[in-house]
Amino acid sequence: MHDAHATAHAEHEHIVPDGLQVLIWISLMLLTLITAGASILFPGRVGIGVAMVVTPLKAALILMFFMHLKYEKPVFRWMFLTAMAILAVVMGLTFFDYSHR
Amino acid sequence: MAAASDASAGTATIHTGPGYTGSYFDPPLGGRTGLWSWLTTTDHKRIGLMYLYAMGTFFLVGVALGIMMRLELLNPGMQYVDHRTYNTFFTLHGVIMIFLFIVPGIPAILGNIILPLQLGAEDVSFPRLNLLSWYVYMAGAFMAVTSLFAGGGTPDTGWTFYAPYSLRTGTNVSLAVMAAFVLGFSSILTGMNFITTIHRLRAKGMGFFRMPLFCWGLYATSWIQVIATPVVGITLVLLFMERTVGIGFFDPARGGDPILYQHLFWIYSHPVVYVMILPAMGIISEILPVFARRTIFGYKAIAMSSMAIAGVGYLVWGHHMFTVGMSDTARWVFSLLTFLVAIPTGIKIFNWVATLYKGSIAAEVPLLYAATFIFLFSIGGLTGLVNGALSTNIHIHDTAFIVGHFHYTMFGGAGIGLFAGLHHWFPKIFGRMFNRKAALAAWGLIFVGFNVLYFPMLVMGIMGMPRRYADYLPEYHLPHMISTFGSWILAAGIVLMVVNLVRSARHGERAPDNPWGGTTLEWQTTSPPPQLNFAKVPENPGDPYDFTRIIAERGQGR
Amino acid sequence: MNTQAATATGHVVHRDPVGAKTGMWLFLFTEVLLFGGLFVVYAVYRQMHTADFHEAAYELNRYMGVANTFVLLTSSLTMVLAVGALQRGQAGRSLRWLGATFALAAVFLVVKYFEWSAKYSHHIFPGQEYLKELPHGQDLFYNLYFMMTGLHGIHVVIGMIVMAVVFAKIRSGAVRAGRHGMLEYTGLYWHLVDLVWVFLLPLFYLTA
Repeated sequence: MHDAHATAHAEHEHIVPDGLQVLIWISLMLLTLITAGASILFPGRVGIGVAMVVTPLKAALILMFFMHLKYEKPVFRWMFLTAMAILAVVMGLTFFDYSHR
Repeated sequence: MAAASDASAGTATIHTGPGYTGSYFDPPLGGRTGLWSWLTTTDHKRIGLMYLYAMGTFFLVGVALGIMMRLELLNPGMQYVDHRTYNTFFTLHGVIMIFLFIVPGIPAILGNIILPLQLGAEDVSFPRLNLLSWYVYMAGAFMAVTSLFAGGGTPDTGWTFYAPYSLRTGTNVSLAVMAAFVLGFSSILTGMNFITTIHRLRAKGMGFFRMPLFCWGLYATSWIQVIATPVVGITLVLLFMERTVGIGFFDPARGGDPILYQHLFWIYSHPVVYVMILPAMGIISEILPVFARRTIFGYKAIAMSSMAIAGVGYLVWGHHMFTVGMSDTARWVFSLLTFLVAIPTGIKIFNWVATLYKGSIAAEVPLLYAATFIFLFSIGGLTGLVNGALSTNIHIHDTAFIVGHFHYTMFGGAGIGLFAGLHHWFPKIFGRMFNRKAALAAWGLIFVGFNVLYFPMLVMGIMGMPRRYADYLPEYHLPHMISTFGSWILAAGIVLMVVNLVRSARHGERAPDNPWGGTTLEWQTTSPPPQLNFAKVPENPGDPYDFTRIIAERGQGR
Repeated sequence: MNTQAATATGHVVHRDPVGAKTGMWLFLFTEVLLFGGLFVVYAVYRQMHTADFHEAAYELNRYMGVANTFVLLTSSLTMVLAVGALQRGQAGRSLRWLGATFALAAVFLVVKYFEWSAKYSHHIFPGQEYLKELPHGQDLFYNLYFMMTGLHGIHVVIGMIVMAVVFAKIRSGAVRAGRHGMLEYTGLYWHLVDLVWVFLLPLFYLTA
């Protein structure tokens, strides 16, 4: 490890342009409006369906841009996906019980 | 710590850093000496030792509780304690042994001391966080101990805190679950630290597949600690809220489902049994090549099987719940998945035996413990298949068979693995050799005592003896008696081992840097290592189990 | 490593921003799984009591929920702007954006306070006898609502405390361009708080 990371600046650092972040923010606000609008105008299946599609999309935008995952080394994305996959699998296995009672 | 200061006797130097060849027992810079220099240390080796002393103490308390339970079970009828006290005994024994000893044990003690050495690093990635996690551990331990005396009395729910009984009992469950929550936090911090250390601080030229296998074991373990522990954390918080405010999640009277508590509890607590066993398996993978003086067989298979066990470990928690009223679908799915665990475990055992095959075997104490691990853990694993199969599970659920099974895996696996590692790295940690004769005698007593204690449990479990009962029918008298005799033999062995190690840490012969002929990096520094581990920072360590040089220097035979 | 020892012998104190960021992400995973446990509880009870969940969700003020989402999303934007400004060496600008983030976090908590107190005045609060008289599913829904938004609220408060500390450190110059890790990690934490809310919104407010 000695001297391997002695200089912090050697690590590539990406500064995301402010304009792009504002664009992401606008998209997030619009997507929120769409979800809320759908649930008010079409309560029930459609509203929930829209929320189920749009919410992960919003999460992805936050993760990729606000949280810089798009610009990090791939290992960060892999780690995140691993954690998410485990949560999803655990949730799924739980429903082997609750969907078949 | 007395042993520590003794080991450094005569060396008052305070130099450190590259080129320094003193010992980490020497007082560090900054004028801190004695106890204070330990309580403020960020040295991973010193922190590991502080864990060792704390956990060793709790382990002995847990052993004492176990002995008392066995004593009560020596004869049918109630002799020494009442039923209520017996309930608190098995709860305490479980809480102490699981939360304070076996879960954090190997990573916190040997992981802390050995991981940076094996990686060729000066310390872990976050040394101050490492010290913090020790304090968090001690805080959790303090809460756990307080819960025994304060308020409504010692918890009597068993270590699993199953709802709805844990919601209703007047005993001090609230404080105990918060203690477990805090202890989990300590475990998470250690896991985060180790993952980062392994990713960032490997010696120059040491790829992931050039890491010693103990590091792989710790890597898999740390991922479980980070990903699974928060789930039990929130579960225990919900249990706490349920008891204090009443939120109804696990209360059937309010539409809650007590089985959901069991799901959430085992989503963490099954993966966590691999937190106990994976580092122990790593230790075995270190010891066998050294004492067979032969490269490890199937390095990648062993490394990957650790990761596979960690992964599959998330899929099988339902096998703790076959009789509680889960859906039939869930039962067969979990039963099927449970059998998958046997595959990576079988791969490991096959590779270990193949490593010994045609090796130049030296039957030293660490190897004897390692072989004991393989023997006992195989019994534990095979009885695990009996539990995993739905049909047989119904018969042996909640019987002494289960108690026997998990002691074979947890104690026979993780516990014996810890003993093996302690003896293996003892010369490195303390710079002194343990007394070989006493260690052999202790090993013999532990091996015999262990089997005499736990094997009868398997037998009487199949006969129908329920677990957690303070009394029993006369037909179970003989196995109970044998089992209690075994507990005395085992206790004698443990006491002898502890006395021997404590004495040897002070008075043992000076140890050479590489007493066993190991090839991994920790054997290339002095015993005990200097404060920043290496006088010369290692680079390009190559194959961790290449014995060519050791054989050239010391010969193939013994 | 032992910083004191390292400096005393004159060798470079290592800094490892990638390592620190790895540690921070691992911490975020534990947060995700902490909330994950609650999401499992939510999913199970929603499946068991679907109709009651829809019924109970009508009681929540969805306009307040959506407004608070806007507040948090905007606070995430001001946070990334604060980080970007500091990376470019504009400490003053960074402080202003960080201050704005802090203010938005406070707005979020104020809105939450009004929501919670409105519920409390209707005896909808954990521990209230009224809840036990409701259908089981509604009882569970409200308790879940308070547990999850409560846990989230605690995270908002912690985030504000950390922001105040970082604010002071930027002013003193301890956190600056090239040494901005602490602000960056605070940002990551704050976005995670935002991320959790993004999921809480449809689960509670938009499910009616």
